[in-house]
Amino acid sequence: MPDPIHQFNINKIVDINLFGYDISFTNSSLFMVMAVIAISAFLTMSMSGRSLVPTRLQSLAEIAYEFIANMVRDAIGPEGMKFFPFVFTVFMFIFTLNMLGMFPWLGFTVTSHLIVTAGLAIMVFTLVIVVGLAKNGLGFFKLFVPSGVPIAVMPLVVAIEVISFLSRPVSHSMRLFANMLAGHIALKVFGGFIVMLLGAGFGYSLIGILPFTMAVGLTVLELLVAFLQAYVFTMLTCMYLNDALHPGH
Amino acid sequence: MAKTHNTGTTAEGGAQGGGHGTVFPPMDPTTFASQILWLALTFGALYMIMSRISLPRIGEVVEERAERIQRDLDEAERMKTETEVALADYERSLAEAKSKANGIAAQERARVKEDTDRARAQADEQDAKTMSDAEARIAKSKTAALASVNEIAAETAGSVIDKLIGSKASPDEIKQALASLAK
Repeated sequence: MPDPIHQFNINKIVDINLFGYDISFTNSSLFMVMAVIAISAFLTMSMSGRSLVPTRLQSLAEIAYEFIANMVRDAIGPEGMKFFPFVFTVFMFIFTLNMLGMFPWLGFTVTSHLIVTAGLAIMVFTLVIVVGLAKNGLGFFKLFVPSGVPIAVMPLVVAIEVISFLSRPVSHSMRLFANMLAGHIALKVFGGFIVMLLGAGFGYSLIGILPFTMAVGLTVLELLVAFLQAYVFTMLTCMYLNDALHPGH
Repeated sequence: MAKTHNTGTTAEGGAQGGGHGTVFPPMDPTTFASQILWLALTFGALYMIMSRISLPRIGEVVEERAERIQRDLDEAERMKTETEVALADYERSLAEAKSKANGIAAQERARVKEDTDRARAQADEQDAKTMSDAEARIAKSKTAALASVNEIAAETAGSVIDKLIGSKASPDEIKQALASLAK
């Protein structure tokens, strides 16, 4: 049976060592670069006409723009629009990386590596703290002090709020990572079943239709998950940024 | 592709590696430095491209379209108001014309009535005059006739007397007799 974990291997393409750190250009790096090129190329080409009545490609780019712009406006408010480029980049980057992982043979899913999702989540977490403190000063800590709570239970509530705040990057990164990892393992496992059954003789080959059906269904589901997890990650980013701008509950 | 990352640290990480005793690749710490660095580089580059080039371009078009639509809506609104004003104007002048027409009609009716009345009064007067003239003529004829009657009666009485008594009575005597009879 093909190893379902093999697809997550990181292979060096160009070996680079700097100050004892291994910072080689790997297949993961390649996919990140591909995502950047794909997104930039898509948005540049689609907007080359800049027509008032959009072409199909242009309206696709505009849909992406409006989708994230509305998300930012709804979750943060008009003053949140200065984070719009950041949120847009987060969404397009994750979404494209998830989608690039859906190509057969090519398939490598950058977002199925914990360090990448953790890096993104910690970046958001840091941004929230920096913006929150810069914007509200010490008022940012009102975030941990919900209004209308009796003074007796206040210490407990504050402790819970602090813990929940600190665990945000964990859940934020884990959700995306685990979804992508599990989805791709499941796909590979069912794909492996098909290969095994095909190799086991005619009768077994017929049974192979079952995992094949399953693999087709899972592929559709994974396409949905690829979008949904990008959306969820972006939505949470917006909500955390909203906390940074409006810490009072 | 080249050798896997974890071959350096673990013995068995070959092409099929990852499963047996080696580090689970998605959590392999030896790859962290490289992934974080490239993540930072690519994400940073993408952020720059998005915020400097792509998003302003899309935003410009979207904004322009929204502006254009707003302008068209404003224009439509303005035209609608204009239509309403024109309609109100039209209705007011229609009402004015109607009331004026009513006035003219009433005036005309009054004038016609007056004319008719005058004509009728004139006709009535004419009739009355003709009537009284006729009455006067009739009365005159009547008196004339009555006068003739006396004469005829006197003549007849003269003839009758002549036949009865064979002598002529003088007209004056007969007239006297008649006058005394009439009393």
